[in-house]
Amino acid sequence: MNKITVIINEKKFEVDPHKTILEVCRENEVEILTMCHLKGIVDIGACRLCLVEIEGMNKLIPACTTKVAANMVIRTDTEKLKKYQRITTELFYAERNHVCAVCVSNGKCELQNLGYKVGVDNIRYPHLFPQCEVDTSHPWYVMDHNRCIMCTRCVRVCNEVEGAHNWDVMNRGHQVRIISDFNTPWGESTTCTSCGKCLHACPTGAIWPKAIVQGQLEKNPVMITELIERRKMKL
Amino acid sequence: MKSDTAVPVKEVSKTDPRIKLIAARIKKENYKPDALIEILHTAQGAYGYLPKEVLVYIAKALKLPPSRVFSTVTFYHFFSLKSKGDHTCIVCTGTACYVKGAQAILNKLEKEFGLKPGQVTTDNKLGVAVARCIGACGLAPAVVIDNDVQGKVSADAIIETINEKTGIV
Repeated sequence: MNKITVIINEKKFEVDPHKTILEVCRENEVEILTMCHLKGIVDIGACRLCLVEIEGMNKLIPACTTKVAANMVIRTDTEKLKKYQRITTELFYAERNHVCAVCVSNGKCELQNLGYKVGVDNIRYPHLFPQCEVDTSHPWYVMDHNRCIMCTRCVRVCNEVEGAHNWDVMNRGHQVRIISDFNTPWGESTTCTSCGKCLHACPTGAIWPKAIVQGQLEKNPVMITELIERRKMKL
Repeated sequence: MKSDTAVPVKEVSKTDPRIKLIAARIKKENYKPDALIEILHTAQGAYGYLPKEVLVYIAKALKLPPSRVFSTVTFYHFFSLKSKGDHTCIVCTGTACYVKGAQAILNKLEKEFGLKPGQVTTDNKLGVAVARCIGACGLAPAVVIDNDVQGKVSADAIIETINEKTGIV
């Protein structure tokens, strides 16, 4: 296949034309922050952390859903982007009730790591403090909406990899919630297979197994990517 | 935000004419999952709202995941999970209507029927709702009673019209 040239941060790269900007950057070790991206499942461009600047466009473009084009001039490290990344991260924290000190994911949380990375030391926006449920009805797992960032990785993994489609998104705007079946308790779900893939896809401590204590949760999203790649192999 | 815990879902009756209407629509759409919104439209038209047992029925008939049906219903404001009442009274609270006294009409409705916006009487006869702007600013204050726009109305006239239509005195 013909390769095309793109310029990322003033460096030239020869890349495959069907790839997204994010894939190209990851392959060439250019850092791009993401939250809703999980390799293998469909990208939706929801988290807005992977925004990049492209010469000739006056809008910021999400890298995960944009394909590379010949002679594209991409910048991923400008001050403007850093400012927006910090705003986005702070809004994640302000939207729900994220209390790291009592969270099962403490120390291994993607949201927490993101906060360290972009240098969040205070939240400049008023916290919403929504009233969120903690669904403990499932025999093995817990869904804590306080810690959910609406990346919908669990929804996509459940639909695309497991094929169960237990999860979906209810309402719109700031009232959105992840739901199981007809907004019924997870334990009463007729579609859930209890496979636990949503748990590993979740970047925060929103879905976690019971019988785990604070700061002890080990998640393995790479396992899901490997699973998808192994399924594609023809044995 | 409470999920509906352990409310046993009634089975829909196959002889209900409203269900027959929905079943006919589903058949006409060839049981295609893509036709979900059209079928929900038919169901909302038949019932006035979307009861849970009907959602279960539609999800099963279209072989769609229940969560997908519920997310579609809650995403669009047109669909309602609660009964809006046999007769509806929608008070416009857009800027022009607000200035011309929409709040006085709402106060009067609350005093007369004990209904705040979004509520329905216990006998399900009347429901009161508000709209941001119905596009009839020249008729301010405007009220929509059972899809009839009433312009330049006074609170007392509205109460009279409602009494006439619903038979509540």
